[in-house]
Amino acid sequence: MPDTLSWFTVLFAAVFTNNILLTNYLGMCPFLGASRELKTATGLGSAVIFVMTTTSALNWVVYYGILQKLGLEHLRFIVFIVVIAAFTQIVEMIIDRVSARLYAALGIFLPLIAVNCAVMGASLFMIIREYTFIQSLAYGFGSGVGWTLAIMAMAGIREKMVRARVPLGLEGAGIALIIAGIMALAFTGFNGMMNIS
Amino acid sequence: MLADILVNFPVREFLLSVGVLCGISLFLAIIMVVADATINYYGQVKLKINKDRELEVEGGRTLLTTLKDEDIFIPSACGGRGSCGLCKCKITAGAGEALVTELPWLTAEEHRDGVRLTCQVKVKNDIEMEIPEELFSVKQFETEVVSLRDLTYDIKEVRLKLLEPVEMDYKAGQFIQIEVPEYELTDEPVYRAYSMSSEPAEKNVVEVEVRLVPNGICSTYVHQHLKVGQKMTINGPHGDFGLREGDSEMICIAGGSGMAPIKSILLDMLRNGNQRPVRYFFGARAVRDLFLLDEMRQLEEQMPNFKFIPALSHPDPEDQWDGETGLITEVVERHVASAADKQAYLCGSPLMIDACIKVLSDKGMPSEQIFYDKF
Repeated sequence: MPDTLSWFTVLFAAVFTNNILLTNYLGMCPFLGASRELKTATGLGSAVIFVMTTTSALNWVVYYGILQKLGLEHLRFIVFIVVIAAFTQIVEMIIDRVSARLYAALGIFLPLIAVNCAVMGASLFMIIREYTFIQSLAYGFGSGVGWTLAIMAMAGIREKMVRARVPLGLEGAGIALIIAGIMALAFTGFNGMMNIS
Repeated sequence: MLADILVNFPVREFLLSVGVLCGISLFLAIIMVVADATINYYGQVKLKINKDRELEVEGGRTLLTTLKDEDIFIPSACGGRGSCGLCKCKITAGAGEALVTELPWLTAEEHRDGVRLTCQVKVKNDIEMEIPEELFSVKQFETEVVSLRDLTYDIKEVRLKLLEPVEMDYKAGQFIQIEVPEYELTDEPVYRAYSMSSEPAEKNVVEVEVRLVPNGICSTYVHQHLKVGQKMTINGPHGDFGLREGDSEMICIAGGSGMAPIKSILLDMLRNGNQRPVRYFFGARAVRDLFLLDEMRQLEEQMPNFKFIPALSHPDPEDQWDGETGLITEVVERHVASAADKQAYLCGSPLMIDACIKVLSDKGMPSEQIFYDKF
């Protein structure tokens, strides 16, 4: 079945109808923690796009190239985590060495998302849904873009919220979760429009 | 049952799983080590701290961890994730611009002055920075209560023996923070500052004087729960109150447990053979609030230029007090003709200190010669 899906469908669905953050609720921690300013959110978002795309591809190769050939599919959880963590660290080192500006814009966020469940989730979904390599690439990139879209929307709202009077007990994480809930409600409306699994 | 499991145990699959996992981990670990030694290698770099200290350190890690390995502990609560904003230091050269992750913690002024979060700064080249001087010596100590003594009905003297580390280097007049564990008045450990009354030369014991404050978290704990032999955690030394340069006469004024740092300063002067003239005005309400009189009289004998002048503001009729009476400010006013050429050391409540500063200023003492510890 998945073979028939075009990579563009997967990409589009991952961004809008099956947004990993707002329909699967993955990656909530940085979503709440780093969404105070649009600038930070954009930087973190671009790091997530980069990491999700590259690690999806890497993990696809590791899974089908090593684990499945040896019949060790059950090891995918631990192997994926190790691959993601090692990869992001090396990329961080390289960026830090090569360009201070790129490091300030992207590199500093890499350690923050090395253990992010959305990144892990994207790798696992592509296996569960039996995506091809191209579909996985599209799914990883699309999930990253979807996540970025969500956190940028959140940051935009929260920047405006600074001037709003929030009830005392709801300040900070409380009101952020309520906003996230309302945003998720809006996205749930698209559910079922596309079947990508 | 157990035998079944053992017999049917998939040895081959098990070994294969373990082997593959180890293989992948080993491969990645080797890549990481190689990357760390090549991409992340910055060689030896110099850290210049407060212009006078220079350290040779290995580059490649964050400034916070690098300093920690040099036994300089910058306060940090989150362990380097940039989420507590405590590890701020001013970096004058070698660290570049503040990162986006730091900006939420920096005020506009700090940002302009080059203040950075040390956990976000990677040591890649020579760095010049400023670290508050007291951070070099502040440590946490495990201690044991070796004696408790009632100085008055509401002031207790607590002596703590240092167990780990065993010695504290401090200057007379500095204070420590006592960690009060959870008990009925507090749900979490709290820290309260107390001036040390002990002699700095005696490095493995510190002594504080704790006055009972109604509902005070630390003082209630010390007065009602603390037992000899109990372990306490303290940190220090803190503060910059203490003996200053000069050979002019010292006017010391204290009230209540303000006795502590003055006593420490006096004991230190005695040991160092410091002959500066000292007049020590100690204010209390009645005789029952006076303490350490014998110790002070003994000091007067040992230090020819030292004079202890206790004064009571509200002596009880049965006190049969023939010493000074009146508010401490009035007593100082009567005794000190001109203060222009003297130094003052004050320790007590903010109210008392402000009143004393006014009296001394009126007597011509320049404000830069007045040192105080308000609590």
